[in-house]
Amino acid sequence: MYATRTRRAQPEPFSMRPGIADRLGLPYMDATLSLAAVALAVFGIFTLEQATLNDVPGSPGYFVDRQAIYAMIGLICMYTLARIDYSRFRELRVGIYTFLCVSVSLVFVFGFAARGSRRAFDLPFFSFQPSELGKLLLCLALAGFVIDGARRGSDWQRTVRYLCLGLAPAALVFLQPDLGTSLVYVGITLAVMYVGGVPWTHFAAIGAALVAIVTIVLAIAPAVGVPILKGYQEQRLTSFLNPSEDPSDAGYQQNQAKIAIGSGEKTGRGDRATQTRLDFVPERHTDFIFAVIGERYGFMGAAFVLSLYALLIWRALRIVTLSKNSYGTLVAGGIAAMLLFQVFVNVGMNLGIMPITGIPLPLLSYGGSSVLATFLAIGVLQSIHMQARLSQKGRFAW
Amino acid sequence: MYPSSDKRDSQTEGRLNLRIAVFGAVALALFAVLFFRLWFLQALNGSEYLAEANNNRTREFRVSAPRGEILDRSGKVLVDNRTSLALQVDPDDLPPQPARRRAELAQLAELTHSSLKRVQTLLGEQAELAPGAPATLRNDVGHYLVYYLQENQDRFPGVEIQPVFVRNYPLGTLAAHILGNVGEVSEKQLKEDPYRDLEPGDKIGQDGVESTYDQFLRGHPGLTRVQVDAFGQPTQRQRPFSKRPTPGDNLKLSIDYDVQAAGEAALAARGLPGGFVTMDVHSGEILGVGSFPTFDPSVFTRPMTQAQVDALIRDPISAPLTNRAISGLYPTGSTYKLITALAALESDVITPSTSIYDGGEITIGEQTFQNAGGAAFGTVSLVRALEVSSDVFFYTLGWKTWNTGDLQRWSHKLGIGRPTGIDLPGESEGLLPSQKWRNDLYREGETERPWSAGDNVQLAIGQGDLQTNPLQMAVAYATLANGGTVVTPHVGLQIDDPAGRVQREFEVRPQRSIRIEPQHRTAILEGLHNAAQSPSGTSFAVFGNFPVDVAGKTGTAQRPPNPDQSWYVVLAPYPNPRIVTAVTIEQGGFGADSAAPAALQILEAYFDKHSSGSAGPNGGSPG
Repeated sequence: MYATRTRRAQPEPFSMRPGIADRLGLPYMDATLSLAAVALAVFGIFTLEQATLNDVPGSPGYFVDRQAIYAMIGLICMYTLARIDYSRFRELRVGIYTFLCVSVSLVFVFGFAARGSRRAFDLPFFSFQPSELGKLLLCLALAGFVIDGARRGSDWQRTVRYLCLGLAPAALVFLQPDLGTSLVYVGITLAVMYVGGVPWTHFAAIGAALVAIVTIVLAIAPAVGVPILKGYQEQRLTSFLNPSEDPSDAGYQQNQAKIAIGSGEKTGRGDRATQTRLDFVPERHTDFIFAVIGERYGFMGAAFVLSLYALLIWRALRIVTLSKNSYGTLVAGGIAAMLLFQVFVNVGMNLGIMPITGIPLPLLSYGGSSVLATFLAIGVLQSIHMQARLSQKGRFAW
Repeated sequence: MYPSSDKRDSQTEGRLNLRIAVFGAVALALFAVLFFRLWFLQALNGSEYLAEANNNRTREFRVSAPRGEILDRSGKVLVDNRTSLALQVDPDDLPPQPARRRAELAQLAELTHSSLKRVQTLLGEQAELAPGAPATLRNDVGHYLVYYLQENQDRFPGVEIQPVFVRNYPLGTLAAHILGNVGEVSEKQLKEDPYRDLEPGDKIGQDGVESTYDQFLRGHPGLTRVQVDAFGQPTQRQRPFSKRPTPGDNLKLSIDYDVQAAGEAALAARGLPGGFVTMDVHSGEILGVGSFPTFDPSVFTRPMTQAQVDALIRDPISAPLTNRAISGLYPTGSTYKLITALAALESDVITPSTSIYDGGEITIGEQTFQNAGGAAFGTVSLVRALEVSSDVFFYTLGWKTWNTGDLQRWSHKLGIGRPTGIDLPGESEGLLPSQKWRNDLYREGETERPWSAGDNVQLAIGQGDLQTNPLQMAVAYATLANGGTVVTPHVGLQIDDPAGRVQREFEVRPQRSIRIEPQHRTAILEGLHNAAQSPSGTSFAVFGNFPVDVAGKTGTAQRPPNPDQSWYVVLAPYPNPRIVTAVTIEQGGFGADSAAPAALQILEAYFDKHSSGSAGPNGGSPG
């Protein structure tokens, strides 16, 4: 249904010399997608400024300034990537995949440890977290493998191959340990396979296996004395089911976030916000930034942000259908799933309906790696959109 | 089912559209869940959460645990705790406006007889040490001030009256030197091992048994998470403790209240600086140890005035904080003769029947040594020499052993000039002069002459360079009395939990054992018994009528330019002593003049209590 409407929408201007906007490629990009992304980033910076005024003594703008710079760089990267034909990434899939695996492995050697896990490299001015960029790289590489392997082996062989290709980096990230991001990898893998046409029966089998694994990890393995998850991970994963059980530990954060959001009511508490201003909600500039929005701007603000995300994901899904080739379809599908998964898990965590997994909220949570990776992903979406438009233009112009 | 190539054709198109539609539907459903949940939290239950947020201002800080009590051996309380009201200021609850904040602090400063500047400095320091925790402006706030502040609560936001535990001494100055005091852990101590897990502001024992047994007495602080509403009032939902403080265990001392009190009274009655120690000769348990002048340990629980500080610390002569019984450095006079006698007997210099002619003086080399008071006792054996305290007899022993090292070896075995290992801080090591010691000094040019016979002759009667204290003498006497066990003196007996159940009994091992010929012991004890209780004995005037048989030796130490120092060391009951008492009184004159009567007072107190159980004079004793 989208396809018919868009084809009607673009009458080609007849001119010898393309205008400046045309040469910048702006008419071929998805303006709504860009606007939604920029709006989210701006809203995020605005919220961050209010939430972190007193976090770093002596420099109230510590987080905001950095986040603004990350967003600017992200925008430039997005635009640059949009101008590149994404189809090239398909040829580079083996290189991209290798880079992904090596970069997430290198943190074991060179990474610095923050709160018990090694996730990032300490570069000058910036600590780079390869697993964030890895989300996009996984979309690009895996989609390539799926297209490439289309005619080799039986359905089952292919399903297992893709699954292994996707789960290998997920396992590396899990070992960092970064449970949340590794779950995003799993989500991307499943989404690419799903859009790629893996039979429903296979998904049923995978689903059954997942249930079995969760049971083993959470119930059976600890019972026989072989804990797979670290204590805090298991506690976070299970405490949301019964948050009032122990308000002092893992459930405490979530309980405080819930109180913060609830206390925002319909219109928000603005500067009278206490939960997120007085340290009750931890990690309020990263994992729990949605709680800040909920408390300060109430249902209006939170619903506005959610709507922007819905817009973002709708445009991503639309690009899935628009893509000129299957590779673009799969990449866009992976990116759409990545965004959806992160938004749902993070916001759900803030609202007390999902476990605490440490997944950042795209474009809003503080963190250069996450912001850059998200803008790059949107850049790839734009590139797919642009190539589709250009090929249509060719068709029409002919 | 998989796409056959990168080209999108109509067959895959249809299948794909279905999948995208499902994808979209899932996305829609997920967003719907989020929206509904958001609506549920914010619109439907928002007011409840808002109320919760307003009530929800929690803070967590440490609550100090009450320290354990210190008891005497019968369970009499020597130290317990009282609650004192402390005026605390919570900086978070002070008015945010600088002017109003300043005004309130100024008013508080006036009420607590402090200055605005001092209050502000105090708050600043506290903010650095423990941000968010209330700062204590003043301890021991009077009730009138408490009432005033509580009635005017609205004028003093952020001010709290908090009960805190403070040491209480129901018996006043009794045992002040043993107990020590409690104070805030210093920055330096925080880096030392036993105090590593403490935090600034925590209190620890700073002296005496409070310090030695701090780990048992201290307890473990609790944590309290206080939830207060926007007006600073505790809410219904507060949980008083997230971790309850564990009170410290009680420490039972071997101190016998009656002995301790008698000893302190005896010293106080003389009015001169001095010290005493009474100890069980078999176990090393100390029944009483004290020093005069003493001090009131409760002064450390309150802020001190300059006059108090001066009286305690700056006065070098009376030095009330010094425990003279364990950290004094004195020559002992004739009480040392027990050690000289034992050394001579065990080194076969003499036998118990060896006689020496005492003509009132003896000339060794160019020096002539005289008996005290110019007396001459004729031909004396060991027992008689101890009874009348013949100096010439012991001068002779010192002369005979001047370069053999026998006297030093036996003095060292008995613990002279070395720490006893008592469980109280501040023990002095003392000095046992020896040939090697003086010759080493001479070689380094720090003294004008090498070791000579005269040095050993002086040591034989407890004079010269000898420096020791009543505790070391008590241990030496106890070793002879118990037949050769050098006990480790101690005051700690056992640890009880707050409910009184025994947690741990200290088993203090003796320092070492030495071999003493039983007949030598008998001879020396007989000499000391005669000295105390035969009519020609040196302390007969004091102990002649004492109903219990004792063995005691006077000592008169010359400490020019000061008057003589009085000593008395007594073992009781004779011939199988259970306890030893050593008393010294600076400037107290002849041994029988002041130290012996003081010792008598202590023994009276002890035997008043114990005579009913044992068989009185000459009664047998266990072991």
